[in-house]
This record gives sequence, C-alpha cells and structure tokens, in this order.
Amino acid sequence: MNIHIKNGRLIDPRNQLDAQQDLYIVDRRIAAIGTAPKGFVAEQVIDAAGMIVMPGLVDVAARLREPGYEYRATLESEMNAAVAGGVTSLACPPDTDPPLDEPGLVEMLKHRARALNQCRVFPVGALTYGLKGEELTEMVELTEAGCKAFSQADAPLTDTRVLMRAMQYAATFGYRVWLRPQDSFLAKNGVAHDGEVATRLGLPPIAVIAETIALSTALHLARETGVTLHICRVSSAAGVGMIRSAKQEGLNVTCDVSMNHVHLTEMDIGFFDANCHLMPPLRSQRDRAALRDGLLDGTIDAICSNHSPVDDDAKLLPFAEAEAGATGLELLLTLVLKWAEQEQVPLLHALSRITINPAQLLGQKMGHLSLGAHADICIFDPAARWRVEPAALRSQGKNTPFNGYEMQGKVRYTLLDGQLVFQQ
Amino acid sequence: MNNPQLNKNGELQHLLTTEGLPARILRDILDRAGEFVNPNGGSEIRKVPLLHGKSVFNIFFENSTRTRTTFEIAAKRLSADVVNLNIGSSSTSKGETLLDTVDNLCAMHADMFVVRHSTSGAAHLIASHVAPSIHVINAGDGRHAHPTQALLDMFTIRHYKKEFHNLTVAIVGDVLHSRVARSQIHALTTLGVPEVRVVAPKTLLPTHVDKLGVRVFHDMEEGLKGVDVVMMLRLQNERMQGALLPSAQEYFKYYGLTQERLALAKDDAIVMHPGPMNRGVEIDSSVADGSHAVILPQVTFGIAVRMAVMSMLAGN
Repeated sequence: MNIHIKNGRLIDPRNQLDAQQDLYIVDRRIAAIGTAPKGFVAEQVIDAAGMIVMPGLVDVAARLREPGYEYRATLESEMNAAVAGGVTSLACPPDTDPPLDEPGLVEMLKHRARALNQCRVFPVGALTYGLKGEELTEMVELTEAGCKAFSQADAPLTDTRVLMRAMQYAATFGYRVWLRPQDSFLAKNGVAHDGEVATRLGLPPIAVIAETIALSTALHLARETGVTLHICRVSSAAGVGMIRSAKQEGLNVTCDVSMNHVHLTEMDIGFFDANCHLMPPLRSQRDRAALRDGLLDGTIDAICSNHSPVDDDAKLLPFAEAEAGATGLELLLTLVLKWAEQEQVPLLHALSRITINPAQLLGQKMGHLSLGAHADICIFDPAARWRVEPAALRSQGKNTPFNGYEMQGKVRYTLLDGQLVFQQ
Repeated sequence: MNNPQLNKNGELQHLLTTEGLPARILRDILDRAGEFVNPNGGSEIRKVPLLHGKSVFNIFFENSTRTRTTFEIAAKRLSADVVNLNIGSSSTSKGETLLDTVDNLCAMHADMFVVRHSTSGAAHLIASHVAPSIHVINAGDGRHAHPTQALLDMFTIRHYKKEFHNLTVAIVGDVLHSRVARSQIHALTTLGVPEVRVVAPKTLLPTHVDKLGVRVFHDMEEGLKGVDVVMMLRLQNERMQGALLPSAQEYFKYYGLTQERLALAKDDAIVMHPGPMNRGVEIDSSVADGSHAVILPQVTFGIAVRMAVMSMLAGN
C-alpha cells in the first residue's frame, strides 16, 4: 500500500534529520522524503500536521509473560500495549516459564508474535539452562531460532567460572551477553535501596555495592573474554561511573536504564507504595541525577520500559511481599519526552535513546527513517496532554508508579512494516 | 503526601507508626493514658464503657503473647467485644491473601483492627484498604514500627523523668531488625529529646541510621556515659545465623547490660526493655531485677496506653 504522511515534523536521530517534511511509503518501505517518488499515488494519506513523525520505538526490555505467565499478560494484550506506545520492536527477557532456553520455545514465541503482526519481537535467550547458572544453553541453535542476545534476566549467576565460560563461548560466535548486575548474596531478600527510606520503613535493603560488585566482575570478565557485553538496568551513580570508565578504556560495553529510574527515586515509595517495588530498586536522588548525566554524555545508550506486567493480586500485598515490576510500554515515549523537556535535551538526541541506539544493541537494521528501510513509524502529538489511568492502559498489567501522573505527548499512529497497526 | 494516620481534621484515624505524628497527638495519648492509670499507684485500672458495643479484632499474623494479651485487656477494660485471631503464617499457605482475610473480618462488622504482621507495611496496606469507619492499630509490622510499644515507653519515661527536653536516651541492641527501636526513635525525637543514641555493633545497625536523627555508638561504655534512660532491645536467637554475630556469649561480653556498665549512666537512670528478655544475652539478671529497672511498670502502663489509643480512635 502507498502511504503519504504529510505535514509532519520528521525526527530521525540516525540521519540527524529534524525537519518539516512529507514521507512516502511504497511497498512497506520508506520510498521518499520531501518529494513524492515518480508516479506515486497515495492509497492512504495521514495528515500529521502538528505531529512528530519518528522511527518506531525499540524497547530492549519488555516482558510479554509468554510462555507460562499468561495470567499476568498475553502476547495479544502486550502487543496491543506496545503499538499504543509507538513501540514497533522489542526484546523480551528469557525469564518466562519455562525460560527461553530451548530453540523450540523461541521459535514458538517468534511464530506467535509474527501471527499477531503488531510488533517485532526479538527474544533474548537464556544464558544458562533454566537460568540456573550452571550449564550453558545451545547458543548457536538459539541464535538460529531467533535469539539476538543471551541473558540471565534477573536470575543470579553466582558461579564466576560459569559466567566466564558463558562469555567465552558467546564471544567465540560474536554473540551479545546482557547482564543485570546484582550480587545475589548482598541483595538477598532485599526489596528497596539501602538508603534513608528503607531505613525508616524497615524494608530489607539492597545496597549499591550489590550492583557495583557484580558490575566489576562482569567488566573484568568482559575484558578477559572480549565478549560484547551489555549492562541492563544500571541504577546507581557508582555503576554509571564504572561503565563510563570502561567505555573510555575502550571496552566493548554498552548499557541501558529503565525509564522508571530516570524519573523516580526511593522517596516515591512514600508509605509503602508497592507500585514502586521495582528491580533494581529505585535509588537516591543523587543516583537519579547520575543516571541522567550518563544519558546525556552517552555512557547510557538506551532507555527501556522494563515493562513487567504484574497482576493486581501480586501487588495488593505488603511492600516486601508484593511482586516487583510495573507496566511500561505505553509510557516509554511520554516519559522520554518528559525527561527531554526537564533536562532541555534536543529531541534528536533524546529520541536516539529509544530508536537507533537500542536497535544497534540488538544488532538490527531498524530504528531510523532511511530510504529503503522498513516503514516502522511512530507518529505522536507532542502537545496532547493526558492522565495515566490504569484502567485505560491496554497492557494486562495495570500497575505503574506513574498512576495519575499528567503526561504530555500521545501516540496517534503506529505503522509496522508500512501497515497501520494503531490509530487513535 | 497525606499522612494516612490522620483524618482531614488532623485527628488520629489509625495508629500505624510514631513517625510523622505531631507531638500534640503523642502528648494527647500520654495524657489520656494517665487518666487510665490508678492515681494511687496500684495496678488497678478502672473499667469504662468507652468502647461499649464496639468490636475489636486482634489479628495476629505473627505469634505474640504479651502484646496480644495487653491489647485484649485494654479493649475489655473499655467494654469492647474482643475477638482474637492467631492467623500465624498459615493463612497465606491456605491461599487467602491478607486483604481477603481483612475483607472477611470487615464483613463481620469489625470496628477496630489490631494487626501484627511479619512484613513491614502490612498495617499501612490494611489501613489503606478498609472503610473509613474502621480503625487500624499497628501492633508490629516487620522491622518497621510498633507504635504502642514506643508510646508506652514514652509514658514510662515521662512517669519517671517528667520531661523529655533534658534527657539523653540510649537505645542498645539490634536496631537493624527492630520495629520497636524505629518507633522509639521517632517518638523520642518528636517529643523533643535532645540526644538519642543507638549502641550496637555495625552488623546490627541500618546503614543510614544516622538519618533518623540519632548519634551512633559502637562502644557500649561510651554510649552509656551520662544517659538518663537505657532502652534495651531484645536480641533474637536467629541473629547468630546470617553472619550477624558470632555468638550470644560474645555479644553479652561487649553489649550486655551489666551493673558495671550501668554505673556509667546517671545515678538515677532507668532501664527499660520491651520484653521478652534474654537474661545473660542482652541484659544481666542483676540489672533486670535491680532498682533501676522499670520493666514491669512498662507492661502495666502498656495497658493504659493501649486503652488511650483505642478510645481516641473510637472518637472519645
């Protein structure tokens, strides 16, 4: 189908494009920008006047809960949430039930996702069988089945010899290893940042050193093995500092931060708000400031939603017993816009954190509006104001710390591979 | 952020923690408790009909004899109907959630819940869930708060010391796991105690305990020097696991309250303990039974303080 997106402001960080221009889609691909290609006859015209036209968002961490946790969320519900948030590509962590440690599971997931035709799904394979941290998975087979990286999700890998061998093996084939750094002994039973709030509320703490010790181990092993290492959900000032140094040293390391940590701190827990029970825990204001600095100077490559739908029953519990996690796919764009506005970051720069950068982390040729690229596009109204109402979210997970927040910027159209998959 | 303990008129709606309560309310509770203590000094406390026709549900998700009993006595002296439920940890294994349990009890027309739970924040969760006509008293949640214990401690201190503004108070022991210590610290600082000390090895203190407005001591002798009040904390036996302490013997050697150490405090210092005591672990028997100890009066005052809290919540 030939689509003409007219009157919009095009922003494409990859091509450093920020201009009022029309965009033409022919045969699912971006055929022209500015002037219509010869003989172009639009079958559909989208008037994007007053709106911003950008590459579809790429989210490096969105749990879809399939297989195994369909009571929390299903592919259908979460794909709907993704496209409503302008997300056209997402990576899902392997902590499903069973974990994504078998090629068959990965193929099934890819197949189910493809059939729904809403959003591209890139599974992250389990680094070890059952995420138990003992035996390596068949990474080659899993890659052939569609895995783009290997991870332990939030499961501990305490045996450093296993971790080193996993990295060596992955490095052999040039595969990416994604780790969320957390020392499982230091973090044992912990539910909140080891700071003033946890002290006051008597919540079992997770100290920053739980992150930095694990991060130090991961960086040492990456240096030793030469693996392509991605650090997931950095949460502390000290962690950002270590990654900054590692990058300066020339180590092959990247990292992401969750949108929750860009905006919230331990203070948001208030009187035990279980919606703020997140992993990693929300940390101090100083940590949040350092995360924002890391985003500005490029130490942090991407912002993810860390979408983790949780059912209400698992949240209506005392803070420590409540399950960690929050819904996020539908809030990613608006929260990135909020951060950009607060920090006076140009959109060209800010939007790279949710488009080209995460696409590169996945090794995928997307996240931009180059001629000939698949037309994965998000069109949003930057002036539209709305209020986060859990019931109105498409995700099956209704829990979010941003419940009731006033937001600005709303997705109006989402196109996947040149087809309109969302419109509001 | 609204204080979930106060209603829109600034009156006590629930008692969940001593943190964030205005000094005015703390003093009101202590004054009210004074009315329930026999002025002749006997243990007799008069029975009054302030809670006549009201139902008080003691729901204990964690075992307790002393606290539950004193709440029960307090409620009965206020002429309330009292129902005790020892739910233990079995309710969740039966599949019923905390709020389901609470909903069921609400359907039985409870007016007041006295809640103990092993997880911090349980009482706040219940308070945020129940109808506005129902009042919640936190009888201990995880490591977070045990406000009636702290209030009876304040009552005891005021009884013996009259004022708060000239006192130095030392809290000794396992502050890390102690809801009692947290509630004591907030109550003491709110009531104007100029120096609150905590004394413990580093393994038994929260990392940011200084943010609570206390002076930190690791040396017991230093910490006790010149204090007016020594508040001992119970050391749970399971602290020997998890690499927090090597042994009860070694703990007693450096942090046990002995006559010699107590001699470093002021001559008229009082010694308090929330019970149950571990003699020979955190406190020597000669101190526990000695002339400085006010541990049994604490228990008696505990009933008066709980009567005061219940009657104030019921709007009397």
